[in-house]
Amino acid sequence: MTSIYLDHSATTPLDPRVLDAMLPYFSDNFGNTLAVHRWGREAERDLEVARESVARLLNCAPHEVIFTSGGTESDNLALRGPAQAARVEGRPITIITTPVEHEAVTATARQLRDTLGAALRIVPVDRFGRVEPDALRVALHNLPRDGVAIVSLIHTNNEVGTFNPIADLAAIAREHGALVHTDAVQAGGLVALDVQALDVDMLSLSAHKFYGPKGAGVLFLRAGTPFLSSQTGAKHEDHRRAGTHNLPGIIGTARALELARDELADNTARLSALRDRLIEGVLARVPDAALSGHPTERLAGHASFVFRGVESNTLLMHLDQHGIAASSGSACKVGNPQPSPILEALGYGPEWTRGGLRLTLGHSTTEAQIDTVLDILPQAVERVRALSPLYSV
Amino acid sequence: MGSKPRVVVAMSGGVDSSVAAALLVQQGYDVIGMMLRLWAEDCSDESGAAVANRCCTPAQMADAQRIANRLGIPFYVIDTQDVFRRTVVQFFIDRYAAGDTPNPCLECNRHIRFEWLLNHALALGAEYLATGHYARVRRDADGTAHLLRGLDPAKDQSYVLSVLMQDKLRRALFPIGEYEKARVRALAADLGLPVARKRDSQDLCFLADGDYRRFLAQHAPHAVRPGPILTRDGRELGQHTGLPNYTIGQRKGLGIAAPEPYYVLATDPARNALVVGTREELGCSTLIANRANWIAGAPPAGPFRAEVKIRYRAPAAPAWVTPEDNDRFSVTFDEPLRDITPGQGAVIYLGDECLGGGIIAQSGYTGL
Repeated sequence: MTSIYLDHSATTPLDPRVLDAMLPYFSDNFGNTLAVHRWGREAERDLEVARESVARLLNCAPHEVIFTSGGTESDNLALRGPAQAARVEGRPITIITTPVEHEAVTATARQLRDTLGAALRIVPVDRFGRVEPDALRVALHNLPRDGVAIVSLIHTNNEVGTFNPIADLAAIAREHGALVHTDAVQAGGLVALDVQALDVDMLSLSAHKFYGPKGAGVLFLRAGTPFLSSQTGAKHEDHRRAGTHNLPGIIGTARALELARDELADNTARLSALRDRLIEGVLARVPDAALSGHPTERLAGHASFVFRGVESNTLLMHLDQHGIAASSGSACKVGNPQPSPILEALGYGPEWTRGGLRLTLGHSTTEAQIDTVLDILPQAVERVRALSPLYSV
Repeated sequence: MGSKPRVVVAMSGGVDSSVAAALLVQQGYDVIGMMLRLWAEDCSDESGAAVANRCCTPAQMADAQRIANRLGIPFYVIDTQDVFRRTVVQFFIDRYAAGDTPNPCLECNRHIRFEWLLNHALALGAEYLATGHYARVRRDADGTAHLLRGLDPAKDQSYVLSVLMQDKLRRALFPIGEYEKARVRALAADLGLPVARKRDSQDLCFLADGDYRRFLAQHAPHAVRPGPILTRDGRELGQHTGLPNYTIGQRKGLGIAAPEPYYVLATDPARNALVVGTREELGCSTLIANRANWIAGAPPAGPFRAEVKIRYRAPAAPAWVTPEDNDRFSVTFDEPLRDITPGQGAVIYLGDECLGGGIIAQSGYTGL
């Protein structure tokens, strides 16, 4: 049977070169970075080399790099750190976000509303999933005096692949004195991320999205940003994130980011061409189908579709039985799929919002695989529609 | 592709369907596990964690997933909530509103398992749909399928499969029908299946609490209207609280002050009346069933001798069966039965073989 992995936005395999870089840190170089002896010194030295490397790639100071357990933790810290600092000072908190964020942001924002009394403001998005500058201006109106406002905007939408114009939006947020966080988990390693050009205060990355290890991530935190640690303990990460360093994960994160940067241009060109071949083929061969997200302002390896009258779970099952790994924003393993909130936010009607499909390409993807998918997918959609009470011609 | 055909097995997380799946894997089939997510009251929680259908709770799904993982087969949960509500649940409400006592399991096998799920299985390239029912299929050389009782008489479930037409039964596999329940449990232990909990499937799985009277009052108040309690000769003895609240043969709870006990004999939906009578009036020896399904495709020449079950748990009673046409048959029992109930299935057996059945439309005395 065929075996075609097109779910690279969910996770990627570890690059063997990254594994090689990590391996010594499981055994020989096992020291605790806080220890005073040679083992500790060597661990701390290598930790800081990794930090400098990540800082160079993000164009920030090493001190502004916090190593975390992944994208979800980075997003949590980005909202909790400034919100808790504001709370200690008794300043009102406003969190401004969009309906198309990852749950790591939305669930955290809701909890901060419930626990710290943060005010939530949701900025609508256009039909591609982008925040319009004027909509953000409206959301920034009448912020409380002496308050702290945190604007959290997804850099690259995980479900539909669209880029937000982060630099433009950050400039607007700054005019209103707000802090800016961007969740760049989907973009990491696939897009050049320069935090000075983006002009953000915080940025989240997750290593396993770019052929690094799971359980490792980065939060860029601009110097001077008010921040209280969420996980308290010893002085790791300059009191901003306690816990013994996951040195294999940190080394792997840095190595994976370096490799991604070295190969960025080639990778982007190759994946964009394959993606466009896939998009054109699907739209030509599947009736009642549309590309979701922006046609050009989108991630290189990211193709996402909506199919009218299709139930995504059934489609994913059929693709799985053909050896094709794909995903959907409304996917659900317990048979209770709900319409995709992101597709709803993009303005799709009820005939479409259960029928999202995301195919995300990566290192292993070949032209032959794309052509196989273009053979199988139209039949699979047809079969699923034949079973569906949702679809009528 | 393997040499043996592909089979989709309906899994519930319980012992029976788990052993069915394991036997199919042992027999070398290309097995895919599926579970149906059925509609339940108040099942609107987005995490799926709220009130669940009692046939597919989150714990049962997790059990089924674990067993599928253990067996090394793919497992999928199919969202069946909408079609289940539109067919089985709506039918349940409509038949109660019409004065019947429906059996939703029959409708579920007819419309959900052996139509909706079978279609999903066929679309995935499966040749068979397997379930954990205690029943057997015997196949003639020409492919004709016969439905037989399960080997374990105490567990036989052929009654609820009597609605299967020939083209469905040909696609059906019942791997545990060849075993006794005790042997199935032993097989589960031998196979190391993690099915500690003992659960039989639930009759009215979509009710949050199993109380259909409360369900009807809440979801279909039009089906539960008070009306008169009448004798056969039209004497009014009191008021009933709604026909669905009574079962045929019931004695207690009628609220009639009388020297001798009264029993529910029948319902009269046209007058929304509950018909009661004395013990001597109880019992019917004939019934007429419609929506007949003859598994062979057509009824035998009649009248013929057979045994007929009027409920899932009723013993098969000797009778004469007379097919009226392809859709309708009448039954005359050798001895009167106390509780022939319109809406339940009348299922016909010749020895071990289930010939099919129909839905009871009315009952009566011979010659009436």
